[in-house]
Amino acid sequence: MNNFTYLQATQAKEATAAVRDSKDAAFIAGGTTLLDLMKLNVENHGQLVDINMLAFKGIEQTSDGLRIGALERMSDVGENPLVLQNYPAVSQSLLLAASPQLRNMASIGGNLLQRTRCGYFRDTAFPCNKRQPGSGCPAQDGENRGLAILGTSKSCIATFPGDLAVALVALDAVLLLENAKGKQRRVPLVDFHLLPGTTPQKETVLEPGELIVSVTIPAAAHARKSTYLKVRDRTSYAYALASAAVGLDVQSGTIRSARVALGGVGTKPWRSLAAEKILTGAPATEATFRAAAAAAVRDAQPREQNRFKVELAQNTLVRALTELTTA
Amino acid sequence: MYENEPAFFETSPKPGVVGKPLDRVDGRDKVMGRAKYSAEYPLPGLTYGVLKTSDIAKGRIQRIDTSAAQKEPGVLAIYTHENLPKLAKTPNDPDGKKAIGAPMGFLPMTSDVVHYAGQPVALVVADTFERATHAARLVQVTYAAEQPIAAYTDPKAQLFNPEKIQDGKADGYTRRGDARAAMASAPVKMTAVYTHAINHHNPMEPGATTAIWEGPDRLTVYESTQGVTRTQKALSTMLGLPQDQVRVITKYLGGGFGCKGSCWPHTVLTVQAAKALGRPVKLVLTRQQQFTSMGHREDQTQTLSAGATQDGKLLALIHEKTATTSPWDNYTESNSKIINMLYECPTFESHYELGRANVMTSTFTRAPGEAPGSFAIECLMDDLAYKLGIDPIEIRLRNYAEKDPSTGQAWSSKGLRECYARGAELFGWSKRNPKAGQTRDGRTLVGWGMATASYPVHNSQGTARVRLYADGHAVVQSGATDLGTGTYTVMTQVAADSLGLPPEKIRFELGDTKLPTAPNSGGSVAAGTVSSSVYMAAQDVWERLTKMAIKDPKSPLFKAKPEEVVMEKGRLQLKKNASKGEDFKALMKRAGMDDIEGSGQGKYGAGYEAGQSTAAAGDAHKDEAAKHSMHSFGAHFCEVHVDPDLGTVRVKRWVSVHAAGRILNAKTARSQIIGGSIFGIGAALMEATARDPHYARYTNADLAEYHIPVNADIPEMTVEFIDEHDPFINAMGVKGIGEISMVGVSAAVANAVFHATGKRVRDLPITPDKILGTKAV
Ligand SMILES: Cc1cc2nc3c(=O)[nH]c(=O)nc-3n(C[C@H](O)[C@H](O)[C@H](O)COP(=O)(O)OP(=O)(O)OC[C@H]3O[C@@H](n4cnc5c(N)ncnc54)[C@H](O)[C@@H]3O)c2cc1C
Ligand code: SF4
Repeated sequence: MNNFTYLQATQAKEATAAVRDSKDAAFIAGGTTLLDLMKLNVENHGQLVDINMLAFKGIEQTSDGLRIGALERMSDVGENPLVLQNYPAVSQSLLLAASPQLRNMASIGGNLLQRTRCGYFRDTAFPCNKRQPGSGCPAQDGENRGLAILGTSKSCIATFPGDLAVALVALDAVLLLENAKGKQRRVPLVDFHLLPGTTPQKETVLEPGELIVSVTIPAAAHARKSTYLKVRDRTSYAYALASAAVGLDVQSGTIRSARVALGGVGTKPWRSLAAEKILTGAPATEATFRAAAAAAVRDAQPREQNRFKVELAQNTLVRALTELTTA
Repeated sequence: MYENEPAFFETSPKPGVVGKPLDRVDGRDKVMGRAKYSAEYPLPGLTYGVLKTSDIAKGRIQRIDTSAAQKEPGVLAIYTHENLPKLAKTPNDPDGKKAIGAPMGFLPMTSDVVHYAGQPVALVVADTFERATHAARLVQVTYAAEQPIAAYTDPKAQLFNPEKIQDGKADGYTRRGDARAAMASAPVKMTAVYTHAINHHNPMEPGATTAIWEGPDRLTVYESTQGVTRTQKALSTMLGLPQDQVRVITKYLGGGFGCKGSCWPHTVLTVQAAKALGRPVKLVLTRQQQFTSMGHREDQTQTLSAGATQDGKLLALIHEKTATTSPWDNYTESNSKIINMLYECPTFESHYELGRANVMTSTFTRAPGEAPGSFAIECLMDDLAYKLGIDPIEIRLRNYAEKDPSTGQAWSSKGLRECYARGAELFGWSKRNPKAGQTRDGRTLVGWGMATASYPVHNSQGTARVRLYADGHAVVQSGATDLGTGTYTVMTQVAADSLGLPPEKIRFELGDTKLPTAPNSGGSVAAGTVSSSVYMAAQDVWERLTKMAIKDPKSPLFKAKPEEVVMEKGRLQLKKNASKGEDFKALMKRAGMDDIEGSGQGKYGAGYEAGQSTAAAGDAHKDEAAKHSMHSFGAHFCEVHVDPDLGTVRVKRWVSVHAAGRILNAKTARSQIIGGSIFGIGAALMEATARDPHYARYTNADLAEYHIPVNADIPEMTVEFIDEHDPFINAMGVKGIGEISMVGVSAAVANAVFHATGKRVRDLPITPDKILGTKAV
């Protein structure tokens, strides 16, 4: 870790300006991603701007849906009664993530910005296009068991590791961002994360100095009946090998609306419109679910060690849909 | 049944505290943060060392540019191979390695050569840990890199058959009878290949050294080690100092599991830095460095073939193992030992094959050899049972070894039959569906599996000292280590009973080379050897006091014969007439003595049948020990739930029953078995270090990505011990349980997975991808 200065911002403007005007400053919320990466020298920031004093708090109903402040903690949001009742997938995605200690520290905004767990990315002794553009991607023919099968490129196959974003992207969440000029904009979460393409170092549409203020999840029948299923190497405290966030509105055996996203398998939180299309209007049967799952991974490009994820992702999705319709 | 057995504590109040579930005597200090670990001594003038390790796995260092680092505030010194003072001896040649007792025939920072990724290339010392860490990052190393070899599986790796493995301690080839011929004519034949991932010990406390030179040739080291004496010997040999000039202290250890069983490079480098700097230096490995600093369990493949009769009697076993080793050493765990002795089988053959790669030398990891070896033999026995339609326990009983097949010796004791029976009863084994893949619980498949465990009692000896005070307190000392498993506690219990005092009157001290020498706490020898030493030292005190009493005209025991006198609750009295005697305090007071000391030696093979109970005890007759094969035995039973669609395996029930001689503390022993079983479940289901095939460098060197079981992975565990009295093992009849707790565990899990799914996974760990991808046999 390098030396850095520390600024505690009390106003959004102060924070955004500080980060915009510096070449190596970063916001710090819970610090559970940032400090890890700084200790590994993967990120080297000369200044940390603490945003925890900003007013990006609160979990409240608005006309657009449930608004969650970016600085709310994972544990508080996961246990919030409104979230539990109206967005069970969101609650589950939070409570199945990390450990209680981490969830008490980690913020919602930081969670959406967590970075890949690719072992090459996290160790500066390796080349890595994401960390050092143009240096190569040893994961392609290396230890890629945990890496992505969807949205990959020749430059990078790193998985987006988070859970919450998968649930949020399924349920049409929209982010409110604010830049250094004090200008706010709304970005649907599905458009927030970028595919690696040839620029894996660019992970989101955030401008330098731009903050996540809040996230809003629209109310919907498929959000109230939603679930998050996470498959991992151990029962708790592990990232997903594959996960599925699904929401269904089923009436008299027919699916009126469906939301599907996959985690642990995509280079970004993986919303599957193809699966949703198959589900919508179809009978809620295993055959439908299987067809939807096949559609969801149709474009999968597995590598040697992560081939199993093609099957696992489908089974995970089918199971999530089945549990939702039989529960 | 044990009519020849003298009561070990015939001189103590009965019932005593040995065997009782006494709470840890150091528990309060630990939870209060008062227990000091090796990196927690705030010495005056202490400085902080941080290692810079190699990015590449093979090549040479061309240049080390320390200029930027040197300029940082607080930086005191930067050591590299260019400026580190030379050692009197290094392990870089076989003689040096042997003299030092080094785990690895290579010491980093003695030249510009890089042999493995993560090898130390520089040591930065600063006035704070943070400044040293930062400066280490600024050290620029330029390498001439070469293409490394990552594992024996690399087509470029040269495979060879070593004559000896494990530093010459085991044979690379073993043959008993003609296994090939027996195999050829066997009515039933099976062959299977078993692979085992790289595992790292990952104790909570990483490797840590605090070195302080008390004078130009006098060194004290607070070290995170399983053996202060072995470290003392290694350091003094490397430094060219008499052994007594080096003092090693380890008061508390946060786990070891074998990786702290030897003196690894970072320790001597810290000592050298402290010497060169003239100030104490503390160095703690980071978690990432831990993966390339203190060894690991090597990546390995075993091929095991068995020939058997139609009714399941083994006729031949042939075992082959191929594994990765370092560029210099022929280290590999001796998996074949347990395969050779576990079941009655007239013929046996084993071969080892090694491939050199750019990795550090692997080392003993809990149950070295026995853990992966038992995985092979216990899965194979299971396969054989299914193939022949015999219950898994029954097939083991049909092959029950009444004596050690590998040596022909009688067992010193063997309670395995009882372990099977009690384990089966506790588990409800009789209700098992004999068919695999038949039991469901909703969507999950339910499977039951079992496996045998065994671990040898290794040859070892140690010493202890007892100082009994006339006021009824005692200080008992032995230079052993408490890995966190309860050595402080059990030795307090043994001392209490041996001295006829309540445990709170005993202070047991360990972990210091100033104390009487004890063996490394490894290979499950500590409990048996140290407890026997303590017992013998107490006996020595009673003998001295008895001699005093019978010569003292004022004593009621005046002129009694020594063998007529016994100790009861601290009172010396006549065996035949308890009323005739006196309290030791009275005796000592009359003699004007404040305290009295005794010392004793605990020895392997020195149980009471070997003459232990007499005054000349401790003097084991070598032939007596050599007549017997000494092993602990046990059986694990488990239930798993397998989700065939998601590939997850969850252990839902666990029963372990062991016969391991005398159990010194019911609570700490239970914890040991639970801990070892969890260690084994980790190896079975999730532990695997990934080494990149091109860079020969690990890609998951942290505890987020190297998975060990969490609470949610572990069910309630049932642990029991068979009451076993071994007359040969040692004075206390203690066999040790640190390693056996892990033996057979991965097989029990794999066997349960087979029972659940009908799929045999022989590739550890059994992660979801293997459940999804494995084809049925
Ligand atoms: C061992 C371990 C296990 C984990 N397991 C899981 C898991 O299973 N599932 C899962 O989903 N996550 C997991 N995580 C990730 C964890 O959830 C994230 O680290 C956490 O949510 C990040 O939040 P934070 O507030 O600590 O972010 P920080 O570390 O403070 O920040 C992360 C990044 O976001 C930026 N940032 C933070 N807030 C804002 C904002 N409001 N606007 C703009 N930029 C911002 C920071 O500059 C930084 O770049 C795990 C983490 C660890 C260490
Ligand atoms: S997959 Fe992406 S993050 Fe991983 S090594 Fe390749 S470029 Fe780097």
